[in-house]
Amino acid sequence: MLLYAGLVVFLLAAILLLSYLLGQHHHDRATNKPYEGGIEQTGSARLRFSAQFYLVAMLFVIFDVEAVFIILWALGFYELGWPGYIGVAIFIAQLVVVLIYEWGIGALDIGLNVKKIMKKYKQLTS
Amino acid sequence: MFSLETITNSIQQWLYSTFNPTMALILECAIVMLLVIGLFAVLGLVLVLMERKVAARMQIRLGPNRVGPRGMLQTAADTLKLMMKEGLTPDGADKFLFNLAPFIVMIAAMLIMAPIAFAKGFQIWDINIGVLYVSAVSSVSVIGILMAGWASNNKYSLLGAMRSGAQIVSYELSAGLSIISIVVLAGSLQVSDIIASQQTGWWLFRGHIPALIAFVIFIIAVTAETNRAPFDLAEAESELTAGFHTEYSGMRFALFFLAEYINIFIVCAIGATLFLGGWMPLHIGNWDDFNRIMDYIPSSLWFLGKTFCLIFLIMWFRWTFPRLRVDQLLSLEWKYLLPISMFNLLLITLIAIMGWHF
Repeated sequence: MLLYAGLVVFLLAAILLLSYLLGQHHHDRATNKPYEGGIEQTGSARLRFSAQFYLVAMLFVIFDVEAVFIILWALGFYELGWPGYIGVAIFIAQLVVVLIYEWGIGALDIGLNVKKIMKKYKQLTS
Repeated sequence: MFSLETITNSIQQWLYSTFNPTMALILECAIVMLLVIGLFAVLGLVLVLMERKVAARMQIRLGPNRVGPRGMLQTAADTLKLMMKEGLTPDGADKFLFNLAPFIVMIAAMLIMAPIAFAKGFQIWDINIGVLYVSAVSSVSVIGILMAGWASNNKYSLLGAMRSGAQIVSYELSAGLSIISIVVLAGSLQVSDIIASQQTGWWLFRGHIPALIAFVIFIIAVTAETNRAPFDLAEAESELTAGFHTEYSGMRFALFFLAEYINIFIVCAIGATLFLGGWMPLHIGNWDDFNRIMDYIPSSLWFLGKTFCLIFLIMWFRWTFPRLRVDQLLSLEWKYLLPISMFNLLLITLIAIMGWHF
């Protein structure tokens, strides 16, 4: 397996080297400018990013770790029988409770809540 | 009758009778590696051509038809052209990560290939945790995509990579849960065992409606995981130019492109293995004559046929559905697919424990 990975790396490096050797090399004023729709870049792209994506990753960790337990149970499924089934049913019910909780606190509302904004807007304008 | 199993067995016997065991093992590894790499190159070319042809058909035009007979060599010519192009690195990019990213994506794609059974007795590595291995290694490619997007020093790339990361990790949950539901029915994670358990019929048909639901969820989830339309927010052309690979050009871009198509092939192969019986021919209950006729079709053809049917389905999606918005995409997963797949798992285990499946 390691040999295989090594060979893959070697092959990719060879392809890239070949393309480097064959490819053209030129350097104009704007050759290496990052592409932003054809205009000058406005500031660096190393900017602070919306925490929503971080939240999604956190939620993923919660559910994925629990999926590992479910896989273990799925392997011993026929030996465990009904007791195992009831256990996992409770476990999954817990997961659903977690999901409902996250839903309730608004962790799953990604992006703008249009209804809320419109309500506020109507309040302000009336 | 033509069978890959006899060919591989005779090659193995010849190797072990001619050389000493270690030498034979190394030679065997080398042959397998060359085969896989060859397969990859061919797959990439065929799938890109297929995508363009399918797209052309759906839009009532001809598609590539100049290079080679009926445009067969178009993608080979494209690859050659990409090879000749200059590979640019933008100013302010993190050079090391920028160059490393295509490698990570590509190596992850190539490593997933190991436990897939292409035909009867034609499998690279029949590891006992096969399906788990596939879902574990396939999530490595997220790292490559995030790396590419962050290292490019481009806001489009960063946005595309972040979207792609959020999307892939979210949809992995429901893909995993639908895989687990088949693992429950088959009672094993090993790919060969899962295929052997479908001797009398495919799980898609034997598992009643829950298996069908699991299959539909699996297809939706893998479409999202491979960043395909209607979930191609990571590279939404109309808003992000090309998403995380905006700044990549030449061969490095080609590697991303190739990895994407190989991932499509792999997830479709996994879907075919789990739900459609891998290389198992279609058998219907007691129809012995029908079953015997089906057995005459080689197992490799069955596998490739099923896989390409699924690939065609995913390509069909691309030209049928409009693109989703990010919040719609994430709420589809977290508010609909995840609860449905959890309940579906419970249902399917109920069916398995009561012995209701056929």
